[in-house]
Amino acid sequence: MTGPLLRAENLRKDYKLSRGQKLRALDNVSFDVMPGEVLGLVGESGCGKSTLGRCLLRLTELSSGRITFDGQDISFLSERALRPLRRQIQMVFQDSYASLNPRRRIADLIAEPLCVHRDKNGCKRSGPAIQARLAELMNLVGLPVSALTRYPHEFSGGQRQRINIARALALAPQLVIADEPVSALDVSVQAQIVNLFTDLREQLGLTYVFIAHDLAVVRQISTRVAVMYLGAVVELGDTDTVLHTPAHPYTVALISAVPEPVIRHAASRTLLHGDVPSPISPPSGCRFHTRCPHAETLCSAKAPDLHLLSDGRLVACHFPLMENL
Amino acid sequence: MISALLKRLGQTLFVLFGISVLVFLVFFATPGADPTSRIAGKNASPETMTRVRHEYGFDRPLPVQYATMMKKLFITRDLASYVDRGELVVPEIVRAAPVTLSLATGAAVIWVVASVAMGTVAAAFRHTWIDRSLMMLGLIGISIPVFWLGQVANLITQARYHDTWLFSWVPGLGYIPFLESPVGWFRALIIPWVVLAVLFIGIYGRVLRADLITVSGEDFMRTARAKGLSPTRVLLVHGLRTSMITFVSLFGLDFAQLIGGGALLTEVVFGLQGVGRLTYQALSNLDLPLIMASVMYSAVFVVMANAVVDVVYVLLDPRVRDAR
Amino acid sequence: MHADVPLLEVQNLCISFRSHGRNVPIVENVSFSVNMQEILAIVGESGSGKSVTATAIMGLIDTRDVKITGSAKFRGQELIGLPQKAFRQLRGRHIAMVFQDPMTAFTPVYTIGWQIDEQIRAHERVSKSEARARTVQMLGNMGVPDPERTANRYPHQLSGGLRQRAMIAMALSCNPALLIADEPTTALDVTVQAQILDLIRNLRHDYGSSVLLITHDMGVVAETCDQVMVMYSGRVAEFGPGDAIFAQPAHPYTAALLDSIPPLTGPRPTRLPSIAGSPPSPSERPAGCAFAPRCNYSHKSCETVPPLVTYGQQSVACVLPVEGRALPSRAVTKDLA
Repeated sequence: MTGPLLRAENLRKDYKLSRGQKLRALDNVSFDVMPGEVLGLVGESGCGKSTLGRCLLRLTELSSGRITFDGQDISFLSERALRPLRRQIQMVFQDSYASLNPRRRIADLIAEPLCVHRDKNGCKRSGPAIQARLAELMNLVGLPVSALTRYPHEFSGGQRQRINIARALALAPQLVIADEPVSALDVSVQAQIVNLFTDLREQLGLTYVFIAHDLAVVRQISTRVAVMYLGAVVELGDTDTVLHTPAHPYTVALISAVPEPVIRHAASRTLLHGDVPSPISPPSGCRFHTRCPHAETLCSAKAPDLHLLSDGRLVACHFPLMENL
Repeated sequence: MISALLKRLGQTLFVLFGISVLVFLVFFATPGADPTSRIAGKNASPETMTRVRHEYGFDRPLPVQYATMMKKLFITRDLASYVDRGELVVPEIVRAAPVTLSLATGAAVIWVVASVAMGTVAAAFRHTWIDRSLMMLGLIGISIPVFWLGQVANLITQARYHDTWLFSWVPGLGYIPFLESPVGWFRALIIPWVVLAVLFIGIYGRVLRADLITVSGEDFMRTARAKGLSPTRVLLVHGLRTSMITFVSLFGLDFAQLIGGGALLTEVVFGLQGVGRLTYQALSNLDLPLIMASVMYSAVFVVMANAVVDVVYVLLDPRVRDAR
Repeated sequence: MHADVPLLEVQNLCISFRSHGRNVPIVENVSFSVNMQEILAIVGESGSGKSVTATAIMGLIDTRDVKITGSAKFRGQELIGLPQKAFRQLRGRHIAMVFQDPMTAFTPVYTIGWQIDEQIRAHERVSKSEARARTVQMLGNMGVPDPERTANRYPHQLSGGLRQRAMIAMALSCNPALLIADEPTTALDVTVQAQILDLIRNLRHDYGSSVLLITHDMGVVAETCDQVMVMYSGRVAEFGPGDAIFAQPAHPYTAALLDSIPPLTGPRPTRLPSIAGSPPSPSERPAGCAFAPRCNYSHKSCETVPPLVTYGQQSVACVLPVEGRALPSRAVTKDLA
């Protein structure tokens, strides 16, 4: 049994605002990602899922907590000491166009990490080696080799996202963090990219942290799911367990709110009232109690800890919904 | 609100202090800029030099010199010119200030009104001949040198056609204080105002038109049209106010520099004894106390104008209000 | 008003832009109608021409490089070619519009209430206080908490959901017969989207309004609409009642689009059925059926543009039903426990 590839322990991120206020974007977030696993992070805007992604990559500095990658503590490693690890962890962003320098050819964009980082033997890569790798990557993401000599604006959104994936894969990373990689794409194209992520994981043995607001997409791609609300994980477990028999009322509401392309016979959905509260002044006790249909007095007084249920999932609720178990 | 004001005041004082130190160091402490020989004149005997040095305090340490200078400038206000012996500097500034203020304010009123009208009309009729000719006019306005335009205006109104009914009301060159004769003040300044404003009308009209056209592509402009509002209302109420941001920040800078003496050429051409001319004279004579005083005076206005611009921002855009 | 006359009847609407000296057709021969108190969804991917169609009906296309032909009759009145002055009487009062991004759709420098008052006072002779009273009432009806105070707040001070409620309140403030909603929930979170869809669904009962909903999300369509028009690359692919289309899509594009949405329940497919390639841009539209290059069923007869034919309750622009090779039905009904 190998250890987790990525371990997050009690991650906390505060943003200082004016007038001494602070915004807690992440509050005590902990999870493990095992090699070969896909952890889906879902939640609505402002739940901290993107901040979490950036913190895992050290693009944003943590306030406190510990991130361990492959057994090495990277949470407060200097930029210099971090550099060899950068090739192991790569990121794919939502905006496929903004992530690519419009004035450079695709070949230059993808080759850049290959030129910057040395290969496994610590040698600089030769020109032909880079060319071979570029062709291999194009093949991997399903683009013709001729695409290498073109510019980003000549491609559609889906093709650009393929280019971004190729760039992320150039250095053969172990972990890819994908932040809403398909949410800007049309549905018909979205399915292609979701499939590409699945195929690449099987072919290359990749591990993903997949951040998305679309539950159906997350369900399709993830082996485990973490549901986030106002900076904290409220439910974490196997995808099928969490999405078929949700235990946290927020997960229930989130699933119920997704409009599905089917004819519904009964409109028995859990409609949440109001909006997500401001993370500057989160509610006392359980942060979901202001919108929870099952809230009781205990919920506003005491914040529930993330605890283990018998089926192996973690849930942060005083009264987890057990009816489906 | 009060704390914000105090903070602003503190910032202002700090900026003024910085400027005064800088100017002081440039003119008094740079190698080769010996104020003593400047005052004592060429080929002065060593005795005279010593006497002057002592009299003006140049034999004391720099911080003391600076403190003396500031005390004379702001507290006792008896700083005297080195060149015209005995002439007090502060009253000179006080005499020149109203001239410049009158000139800049009047021109500002004209250029704001005219450029808002020009920019808005051009944007409303964009890509038509009206737009094109207005923008062409603006470009001409920007390209004409102000001293040339001033001379031409003088030539026409003071000389060539002065005796015709058209320009007989124009008084001779120079300033007439407002309190002495409001009508005379207006008559004396109206031509300088227009001449000074022409350049700015061109710039501001073009800037505003560009901003209005950018804004007209915004979602909220489409919403306003979808509400069934008239095109005029959409443009003026929804478009104009949102696109005034660049306009206001430009205005703050330009107005401040004019008040601070930037209208030098206009002042010279029309024989107005304003701050610009005063500063020019001080610089050409290397009259250090006068330079010091006029620089401080314009710094005050630049900083104040910026403060006013900030306030106008807050009035224009509620998002700025919440961001502080 | 006759009950059987549609509120909005669009026939052979064509919209083309002039670009580099040639006409690029954006929308071709689009016909549909919206009946009283009906919700019609126009669904399609980016570049399908769905938003342009709505903007044209609102008379909001003002570039002179655009040519619009065909007919769009609102209560019998022709909208195409209607002078702007006459259009202003309709816009906001009889036809109102809600936009995708409620953040940028409000003018940032005025309060929400001021902007709603403005619309009311543009169409009706009422005093300021009467207008404000109606504004506050509308905001309350749309589920905005503390409507009186919210009316005095600026757009940036409200959450996305509240802004969209305010937007809908503004659109409904003059009780329009037709509400055009262009991707009204795309910028919102799912839980808030569910609230807004609920609101839109109830409009016909509460206000007697018809809704023309423009969306890319088949789920949103299924949740709200009576009639559905699927557009692909500027043309109508399929038109018909939502139930019929979801049960048995007649156009391969509709079927493929529905299949490519990852399911939220039931077994997870290892791979999603996806449509290869991407939609063509208007200038590179194929000569025949626009979907043919991506279609699994494409064959010789797809080289000419297929006419709309009636198939069951739907009309569909595809040759398959005519050739007796209609698509199979989908297992789509879902019982909610």
